Amino acid sequence: MHLLTESAHIPVVNPTSADGIFSLMWLVIALPLAGAVVLLLGGRLTDRWGHLLGTATAAGSFVVSLLMFLSLMDRGEGERQISQELYNWIHVGGLEVGMDLLYDPLSSLFLLLITGVGTLIHVYSIGYMEHDPRRRRFFAYLNLFVAAMLMLVMAENYVGLFLGWEGVGLASYLLIGFWQHKPTAAAAAKKAFVMNRVGDMGMALAIFLFFVTFGTTSFSGISAASSGASEATLNALGLLLLLGACGKSAQVPLQAWLLDAMEGPTPVSALIHAATMVTAGVYLIVRSNFVFELAPAAQTVVVIVATVTLLWGAVLGCAKDDIKKALAGSTMSQIGYMMLAAGLGTAGYAFAIFHLLTHGFFKANMFLGAGSVMHGMNDDVDMRRYGAVRHAMPVTFLTFAMGYLAIIGFPGFSGFWSKDKIIEVALTENLLVGIAALIGAGITGFYMTRLMLMTFFTNKRWKEDVHPHESPALMTVPLIVLAALSVLAGVLLLGDWIVEWLTPVVGHVEHHEPPLPALAITGIVVAVVALGVAAAWFLVARREISLTPPEDVSFATRAARADLYGDAINEGLVVTPGRHLVSGLLTFDRHGADGVFTGGASAVSGIGGQLRKIQNGFVRSYALSLLAGVLIVVLALLAVNLG
Amino acid sequence: MEFVKPTLQYFELSPMLIVFAAACLGVIVEGFLPRARRHLVQVVVAGLGLVAALAVTVWVATDLTERGSGEARGLLAASGTIVIDGPTVYLWGLVLLFAIAGVALFAERRLEGGVSAFAGQAAALPGTEAERQASTRGLDHTEVYPLLMFAVGGMMLFPASNDLLTMFVALEVLSLPLYLLCGLARRRRLLSQEAALKYFLLGAFSSGFFLYGVALVYGFAGSMQLAEINEAVRNDVGNESLLLIGMGMLAVGLLFKVGAAPFHSWTPDVYQGAPTAVTAFMAACTKVAAFGALLRLFYVAFGSDRWTWQPMMWVIAILTMLVGAVLAIVQTDVKRMLAYSAISHTGFLLTGVLGAQASGELADGQVTSLEAVLFYLTTYGFATVGAFAVVTLVRDSGGEATSFPRWAGLGRRSPWVAGAFAFFLLSMAGIPLTAGFVGKWAVFTVAMSAGAWPVVAVAIVASIVAVYFYIRHIRLMFFSEPEDEVAAVTAASPLTTVTIAVCAAGTLVLGVVPGPVLDLVTHAGDFIR
Repeated sequence: MHLLTESAHIPVVNPTSADGIFSLMWLVIALPLAGAVVLLLGGRLTDRWGHLLGTATAAGSFVVSLLMFLSLMDRGEGERQISQELYNWIHVGGLEVGMDLLYDPLSSLFLLLITGVGTLIHVYSIGYMEHDPRRRRFFAYLNLFVAAMLMLVMAENYVGLFLGWEGVGLASYLLIGFWQHKPTAAAAAKKAFVMNRVGDMGMALAIFLFFVTFGTTSFSGISAASSGASEATLNALGLLLLLGACGKSAQVPLQAWLLDAMEGPTPVSALIHAATMVTAGVYLIVRSNFVFELAPAAQTVVVIVATVTLLWGAVLGCAKDDIKKALAGSTMSQIGYMMLAAGLGTAGYAFAIFHLLTHGFFKANMFLGAGSVMHGMNDDVDMRRYGAVRHAMPVTFLTFAMGYLAIIGFPGFSGFWSKDKIIEVALTENLLVGIAALIGAGITGFYMTRLMLMTFFTNKRWKEDVHPHESPALMTVPLIVLAALSVLAGVLLLGDWIVEWLTPVVGHVEHHEPPLPALAITGIVVAVVALGVAAAWFLVARREISLTPPEDVSFATRAARADLYGDAINEGLVVTPGRHLVSGLLTFDRHGADGVFTGGASAVSGIGGQLRKIQNGFVRSYALSLLAGVLIVVLALLAVNLG
Repeated sequence: MEFVKPTLQYFELSPMLIVFAAACLGVIVEGFLPRARRHLVQVVVAGLGLVAALAVTVWVATDLTERGSGEARGLLAASGTIVIDGPTVYLWGLVLLFAIAGVALFAERRLEGGVSAFAGQAAALPGTEAERQASTRGLDHTEVYPLLMFAVGGMMLFPASNDLLTMFVALEVLSLPLYLLCGLARRRRLLSQEAALKYFLLGAFSSGFFLYGVALVYGFAGSMQLAEINEAVRNDVGNESLLLIGMGMLAVGLLFKVGAAPFHSWTPDVYQGAPTAVTAFMAACTKVAAFGALLRLFYVAFGSDRWTWQPMMWVIAILTMLVGAVLAIVQTDVKRMLAYSAISHTGFLLTGVLGAQASGELADGQVTSLEAVLFYLTTYGFATVGAFAVVTLVRDSGGEATSFPRWAGLGRRSPWVAGAFAFFLLSMAGIPLTAGFVGKWAVFTVAMSAGAWPVVAVAIVASIVAVYFYIRHIRLMFFSEPEDEVAAVTAASPLTTVTIAVCAAGTLVLGVVPGPVLDLVTHAGDFIR
């Protein structure tokens, strides 16, 4: 599958320094950051206008991003990489890490997505969080997230990227657990945090390895030198980066947190867990194309991970009755498509980003739509208690329908163009992977139709005291804008615009001929999707939907309901051994030395006499452990050197 | 027999001399001033002594002359027993800086309602009439200031000593006052005395090992001077077993002081039992001094024989990081949690020590492991002093409230104090834009480039585990509903609040613009051999 890479030219990041409008680059990050600081430090003083300030800073960022984008379009192809050095962050000897920003065609698209969708979601949240007493704090966290996400995509080196990477992780943690009174929310936040740390470990190791190998962490330095490194090193780097990407983008095996993360407020799910943060892994891989292009083994692993994930997520999407979890499964699956395209190398990078953008629009649209439905249904998320909502919420229904048609790939809608391209490239590169992607498209058709039918069609199943109503304009206007984008974003592909736009970043290869004519592939994709839709029609719409999930189901359904046993696998492979390790260490330490005192610590206040008894003689065992340590050290020294 | 009059370099030695002089002056003050006026005078003597010593240290630092190839600056003083070079003055600066913070915390009297955190009369048995009398009369132990000054003097001598005997003397000079200070808590006196006795017994035990190591290494090299030991090691004279056993014993003595596993068992008990102000001072300054000595011993005396001791150090570093990080998870007391966190930081520092490379192996301008460790010590010191200073503020009717449930929801009652504590924890966790991140980055990078990647991998795992318990505590402060009885933040005098503010500012500045301090560390140059 790497025939293409041999002839590919890997572009070097070689930015010019910022001037004109581009010297305002820092403002894009600084605005939302300032918003977050003011809202967090301002306290209750800012309660009344905090949400407006938060929205205004995001919008200001968007305006700057748009102006920069327009000027970038005016520039020649060779001059579209611009950097701005803010200051020297860490500088000691050869260790030099600048707080530098990079604005190029790739980050320009991300800037528009993050600030654009971000602003819409801020507006929506004004309505959605209206009655929440902690709304100001919510907006502060949202601003913090936007700033960190922008840092992630604008950094010119891996350390800066890592700063943003940690920042979005922190913001995501705070926002998932925002409704801290719900124990499930707190647990979900913790789970997301812990699983992301595993990914971060990969990132951190990759950064050190970059530094040791190339003596720098900047994109320009590494991209210029990467062809000089050994393939084994590059493969190791690629795999470590992939581990980081898996954590952030919920790819197998670090996927388990995403579904639980739906405990957060719905705008958060739309912004962080659909449109932006979870796609950071895709950004990382596309940005690191100068590593992956030279690391075929790592690329193969990316493709495998992506293929497994796109099917895994799709299967989860079929079994969930919680509307947000069904959408989360679908997000996993769609990110799988992006990762797949990114793993396919130069031929796929542009389409990975293209699908990332269209997905950003239609998935944010559908999440906000789901939020609007929940708003009208007393915050119920169980689709079994929905049904025929379309009459009560026409705007939500119509906008959601646009997102639906986009995600299943209905011809003409944005998702059609982007997914079709990925499947085409996949089929060209590797038949097996291509077929898996095709099957995934069919399942997408099934679960999205199921969701659509159970929510908006079929008979009404909601309870007596629920009175669905359309949401206020603050919430529906962002929906309408996003729906329009879901329909129209396909224009980015006109005349291969997006491919050419990204060429300075990811390089360009001559297109290989797919095994079938492109038109035939498109026909097959549409047919497979139609099959999935039809299956959903017969299995869902033609049957009675019970209010509780049926129990007499096949093993496959049970497995899918249990997240394909993702938690059980984690429990068995990581948590239990970890717990044994801790208890083992504790026992060791208790016998060797410490421990009993641990229990005593809480009882310390007051009962001094008791404590004297408990502690009497402990120095002896401390000294014993010290002696054992001495013996170990000395014997080890002797054994290593004389043995 | 010819008798050579030793020459003393008074100017270069003056920071240390000032500290010892202030300590002696403190003893005299204790004897001659009436009780009521002692506290103020002692604080002034100690504070001024430290500030003056710090000022002179800066002066000495700017005045050091280059030696040899120009990588090291400084001179041998006091007939070659003390070496004053770049790293020495940097470490002196650190010790003095954190000692000033220590004096500020010692002098805090508002928290206990007009008396200090030290026992009214240490000799009075807990629970007796004598103790009650001392407490009702508002007695105060002001001997703590001279004790602190003697300890500081020892801490300055420790990393500056150029032969094994001086190093041993310094070790004892710094340790003995600390043993006493640990036992002087006003509240929970049994726990405090318990801790002091434990620390003393184990400290004496480990000192014995150190001394035995001195004897064995002397047997091998025929000299106490670090440079001459290095010569002997390089020329491979003498019995190698003597060297190896001696090296191991010396390592034990130093590793005990820095709290590395398996010599860490005293740390949690002592950190918890000692008065918190003492813990803050001891945690920061002892670690700075002991790591300085450890670096000097292993780089200067055993530097040409790195392959001998590095495998042992690998194992110790890995064990220390894991023990510290994992056991911190199960703690339910803030001071014990910080103690285990200190143990894991010892492991991270040892990771930096492992990055030692000969100057020929280093890429041009690459950060050396010495620089990385010095910088880490700086970042660690600020976060530690700050964190323990916050602990002194959080109190209930029984004094400091250190058990976790008492801290629940503190962030909502006192957002600034809890915010500062959270910030120190984030720095210890190594989150970007705090000092801890840059420190970790530096030590991991040097270890990685020295090929110790397995240790770095463990270090990253350990820091991830550590992040878990730091964040858990932050969550406890900000997101947990308080149960039954909770602690409140007591209003403190500017002494404590300014200390916390300075530590927070230091932690922030070192995270965002570490450049100047990194330059300073680089400028410190290498050890004089």
